[in-house]
Amino acid sequence: MTVTYRDALRMGLYEALERDERVFLMGEDVGRYGGTYAVSKGMLEKFGPERVRDAPLSELAFVGAGIGAALGGMRPIVEVMTVNFSLLALDQIVNTAAMLRHMSGGQFAVPLVIRMSTGAGRQLAAQHSHSFEGWYAHIPGIKIVAAATIDDAHGMLGAALRDSNPVIVFEYPALFEAKGDLTQSTVDIASASVRRSGSRVTLITYGSCLPKTLAAAEEVDGEVIDLRVLRPLDTETILNSVRRTRHAVVVDEGWRSGSLAAEVMARIMEQAFYDLDAPVARVCREEVPIPYPRHLEEAALPQPEKIISAVKSLF
Amino acid sequence: MIEFKLPSLGADMDQGKLLEWKVKTGEAVKRGQVIAVVDTSKAAVDVEVWHDGVIEELITKPGETIPVGTVMARLSGAGEPAVAARAPAPKPSAPSPKPAAAPAPSVPPALRKPASPAARKRAHELDVDIEKVTGTGPHGAVTLEDVEKAVKPAAPAPAPAPAAGADRLAEMRKAIGAAMSRSKREIPHYYLAETIPMHRALERLSRANESRPVTERVLMGALQLKAVALTLRQFPELNGFWRDGAFHPGHGIHVGVAISLRQGGLVAPAIHDVDQRSLEELMRALADLVKRARAGSLRSSEMSDPTITVTNLGEQGVEAVYGVIYPPQVALVGFGRIAERAWAEDGALRAAPVVTATLSGDHRASDGHRGARFLAALREQLQRPEEL
Repeated sequence: MTVTYRDALRMGLYEALERDERVFLMGEDVGRYGGTYAVSKGMLEKFGPERVRDAPLSELAFVGAGIGAALGGMRPIVEVMTVNFSLLALDQIVNTAAMLRHMSGGQFAVPLVIRMSTGAGRQLAAQHSHSFEGWYAHIPGIKIVAAATIDDAHGMLGAALRDSNPVIVFEYPALFEAKGDLTQSTVDIASASVRRSGSRVTLITYGSCLPKTLAAAEEVDGEVIDLRVLRPLDTETILNSVRRTRHAVVVDEGWRSGSLAAEVMARIMEQAFYDLDAPVARVCREEVPIPYPRHLEEAALPQPEKIISAVKSLF
Repeated sequence: MIEFKLPSLGADMDQGKLLEWKVKTGEAVKRGQVIAVVDTSKAAVDVEVWHDGVIEELITKPGETIPVGTVMARLSGAGEPAVAARAPAPKPSAPSPKPAAAPAPSVPPALRKPASPAARKRAHELDVDIEKVTGTGPHGAVTLEDVEKAVKPAAPAPAPAPAAGADRLAEMRKAIGAAMSRSKREIPHYYLAETIPMHRALERLSRANESRPVTERVLMGALQLKAVALTLRQFPELNGFWRDGAFHPGHGIHVGVAISLRQGGLVAPAIHDVDQRSLEELMRALADLVKRARAGSLRSSEMSDPTITVTNLGEQGVEAVYGVIYPPQVALVGFGRIAERAWAEDGALRAAPVVTATLSGDHRASDGHRGARFLAALREQLQRPEEL
């Protein structure tokens, strides 16, 4: 079945609400407005105000309320409209959701799912174009997943709800109109996935950089790995490929310094150093606030041409 | 301080052997002056310097083989005080109590040869001295493949012997092979051909040549070069380079001329600003270039910057040539033999001399549509030979 990425998210959400009475959706504009990206359109009418709840404009409060509900036996899905606003809820996410299992000596699990959209490329300027996946992937105690394909947009939410730990599911507005076939009814949230086989270089990416990386891979015989799970990283899949191609380029929409790309590169260096035939390269967001004009925004983000030239620099 | 580095004298060159320095330390040099002679696998090339200045240090020794990009010498720029002058000069009137220390020669730190971890590991396993392996990776680093290649012949060759005769030919085949393989691997070629009536151009040449002594006659090759160059003015996307994933238009129209060498192999040095030169000048330049190419004495500026290549295999009797683009260029124009054919024009059939012109284009830089327009414009240009 061919659907858009947005349809796939909506189907995943619908199935989750239908499958389990304990699941409810909470966030800004998710009910009457149908979601900022129209993902929860029609859900209020179908499931009622108890299970599709419009929250006040306080990320800190409604993420905290979600944690409480999870502790109380529910399976909440909290939608933080975009990663840009999630900074207001960092204390609840980092200090409470991620730490509570440890702080309670294992007595409490927090089976909370937080959905957030993330990324640039839509001319929303500096404050609304962040890519903070790497920041969240820094924190032990939460699982971080990034949906870059139709199957993952559909299936990651269900997999996250089956996990008894807090999970953040990142969604990519840059991909919302992408179309594709729904091929799997469920997906795992444990492994990275090889999206294209190649022999010359391993290209490692996630999220909305996946289509750009696939385009570049066509030109350079690249093997493309979609990380999918940003924490904990599936290092084995990366190493298996790099040991074969002996060359790696990491493509990350986040800023370069202290990026998730840096972590992936470090692991390759730690565990596959003697297999490398060239330094590991990366293509990241330029280290500037994202500019508003389209051409400058494009110039600040990873693009297929930049990926191709990074690959060429290794040979 | 200006670093004088071994330039790349073509996409197929990755190293060169210094044959001699034409200058001494302390000598003032001018931009464009030939200061060294370097043996590539194709020819002994006079290498020019691109800055005015004074030679401070000659680093590379004659006989040494070095990778492209190696700093061969250091110059102080014009107006910049020479190093010797900058150092506090001992005053002759007041002899220093301490013996003035001899200025320490600037010895570059003993750098380890760049080599990838995989290459080092493999070299260790195969007991290969990695210092003796020629690197082809980024910044001349030795790659795994380089190590594996180095052991294929029984033992790694000691110092590269002076290339001569069969060796040189083998080296050249290797260099041509590398450049052409790269071209066919990286460049998505498209090919177009057009038959061009040549009677007008031939008439123009024979009229012009009537009054000239034999030695000053202009040949069709020069006229075709001029026609290509003038036509290229309207097609900048065919004249330049593909580098780092983007097209960079050439500054000027410098046409590389494919010249076959007597011992085998070929070079394609450039004639500069072909569109701005008269036919007579072009003919002299072409004759000079062929002579020097075959004698193995080309200049670095001729080797490094052709913006397009023209190959003419007409003399060999073929009808058409579909060439392989010489990277990083993006186009190659080929001419076959001029032969009489039955030719229909203005509703009448006649015997007319025609030539097949071909274009090999890099599809990343241009499309067949523009390529076709180029060949059509070239055809029309050759119908107006008085402009050439």
